[in-house]
Amino acid sequence: MAQPAELTIDESPAVLEELYRQMLFIRHFEEKCNQVYRMGKAGGYLHVYIGMEATAVGWLSMLRKDDYVITAYRDHAQALLMGNDPVAVMAEIMGRQGGTSRGKGGSMHLYDIPNNFFGGWGIVGGHIPLGAGLAFASKYKGEDRVTLNFLGDGASNAGVFYETLNMAGLWDLPCIFLIENNEFAMGTRLEYHAANVELHRKGYPFGIRHERMDGMDVLAVRKAARRIIDYVRHEQRPYVVEVMNYRFAGHGAADNDQSLYRTPDEVEAAKARDPIKLLENVIRSQGILSDEQIEAIHSEIEDQVQDIYEKADASPFPDPEEVYHHVYTDMEVEKGH
Amino acid sequence: MATKEMTYREAVRQAMVDEMERDPNVFLMGEDIGRYQGTFRVTAGLFNQFKQVRVLDTPITEPAIVGLATGAAMVGLRPIVEMMTMSFSILALDQIINHSAKVHYMTAGAACVPIVIRGPGGAANQLSAQHSHSMEGWYAHVPGLKVVAPAFPADAYGMLKTAVRDDNPVIFTEHPTLYGVKGQVPDDKEFLIPFGKANIVRQGTDITLIAYSKMVHVCLEAAERLANESGVRAEVVDVRSLLPLDVATIYSSVRKTHRAVVVYEDWRSGGFGAEIAARIGEDCFDDLDAPVGRVGGLNVPMPYARVLELQCIPNADDVIAAVRKTGV
Ligand SMILES: Cc1ncc(C[n+]2csc(CCOP(=O)(O)OP(=O)(O)O)c2C)c(N)n1
Ligand SMILES: [Mg+2]
Repeated sequence: MAQPAELTIDESPAVLEELYRQMLFIRHFEEKCNQVYRMGKAGGYLHVYIGMEATAVGWLSMLRKDDYVITAYRDHAQALLMGNDPVAVMAEIMGRQGGTSRGKGGSMHLYDIPNNFFGGWGIVGGHIPLGAGLAFASKYKGEDRVTLNFLGDGASNAGVFYETLNMAGLWDLPCIFLIENNEFAMGTRLEYHAANVELHRKGYPFGIRHERMDGMDVLAVRKAARRIIDYVRHEQRPYVVEVMNYRFAGHGAADNDQSLYRTPDEVEAAKARDPIKLLENVIRSQGILSDEQIEAIHSEIEDQVQDIYEKADASPFPDPEEVYHHVYTDMEVEKGH
Repeated sequence: MATKEMTYREAVRQAMVDEMERDPNVFLMGEDIGRYQGTFRVTAGLFNQFKQVRVLDTPITEPAIVGLATGAAMVGLRPIVEMMTMSFSILALDQIINHSAKVHYMTAGAACVPIVIRGPGGAANQLSAQHSHSMEGWYAHVPGLKVVAPAFPADAYGMLKTAVRDDNPVIFTEHPTLYGVKGQVPDDKEFLIPFGKANIVRQGTDITLIAYSKMVHVCLEAAERLANESGVRAEVVDVRSLLPLDVATIYSSVRKTHRAVVVYEDWRSGGFGAEIAARIGEDCFDDLDAPVGRVGGLNVPMPYARVLELQCIPNADDVIAAVRKTGV
């Protein structure tokens, strides 16, 4: 199993507070998303990141501004952390003109190309080679960027993952394959979908360094991330890392019968290691923030998220003519039925 | 014949239950179909009834699922593969087209592939660009496959049973918006609907509307409105089976009404409706009083925003506009 965090805290108070704020912001944003979905103001498939915050926050906090990030459909956290305007993210989730893709992508298809966030993909496993392609391009151009390629435990069974690992190993691509092992692929438990549940071992046959790590303690995540990112950047070699986290929410907003695959007790037990609470404990015990200050941060972020929602909700629906835009760079499609 | 009221979902499920009880070689495989009861709950209860080896929860690996099913079918099993949505069958195109569809031909008849690939196909509700494909036209292009797309519970029941008993690979599309549709289904375990038989679901004399799957319901709505609003009597032909295609029924309707509009949800350009329109043009030219009309989905990836999505999917207004264009 993953190593617990060391007890010595070598992060500055400012960093601890910032990590805390980021995780809390994602938590509140995601709760708002679920609410928006229930109100019928978002549709389709919507997958929140609740419970998994320390993974994206920890890893992305260690990247350089010019590094590349790509993920699947559970993409809100990454989209927010990479610098997107949160109002545009919420507006996209609500299918509005002010959204990151003008309402054409939705929750699963968030992007921020200027900030090096490449989405936002709905076909399980489909984006994995795209991430390797980003890494290939940076190496080709002689840059020292790192690509962080997120995928789920379920996605790690897809053939395209193995095909991509082979190329990454063969061509020394500076790509981190970050398997978020949240123990479920939709309603199917890890042990029912993977012949070997130690998913990081999938790097082994391709000569790629691999390890499993804890994903709930953001400080431990940061430590491991720093080491691995340094290795990948300087050695220009790939890495497979299996980050053990857990999703507290259903698979998606429409997953309303979780009893088919897990018990409430199991979820409660996992919540004992809620990443936000773990960091809060550190912050309290080290006397970094008082209870009042923590309280104030909570209400500040709640207000902020409410404000984001209201601004997004004020954005109009897309113009009918926009349905035809952006199919090609240089030509119009035939219109009409 | 005694009938029972069922939803489309229940009809599909009942057909699978019947066929699994009848033939121990029939088994089910797919993602989240067992313990999770299927994402659209079509396989609800089957894992408990038939147990693990006959209701297999698979990893998310569509090419390997179809390939494994094809291999098993070559030596006598009769797999039913559920695609969580038909959009994911795109990943398995190689196995379906290069392998399943070719076995009988390449072995000169020594082997065959009795496999059914079924699941929801088409746009549901804001599933966006990667999850809303209509795949039946792609498959109906491929010799070696059979392709069906029933619109009503009774047809779903009778055609799925036929599909399971067929010795060839069958693509069976269920539209996600049809699962809740109710209808009378014959209470007869031997109720089989042969492939290649279209069905006239509304009689008319002025124009023929031709569709399959969800678009049959859109055509029925358009026909009703045409009758009420302007006394136009539209005949509606439910194609049901794309490959084989029952051109005889289509032609005899067109020869009666002298006008036709083909309606399909897939992208308008190059969709299966174009094939039907071309056939009518080739074989019924002298019977036509107007060019064959065509209504298809907009030629764009499916957008997420509901307003844009609704714009893309053909509705009764679009059908009526196309009918008007033929001059009735
Ligand atoms: C090719 C493909 N097959 C099936 C699906 C449906 N689907 C969406 S998410 C999912 C589970 C994926 O689980 P995992 O990779 O562990 O990611 P998580 O949802 O846990 O983040 C499935 C089966 C899909 N989107 N794409
Ligand atoms: Mg998972």
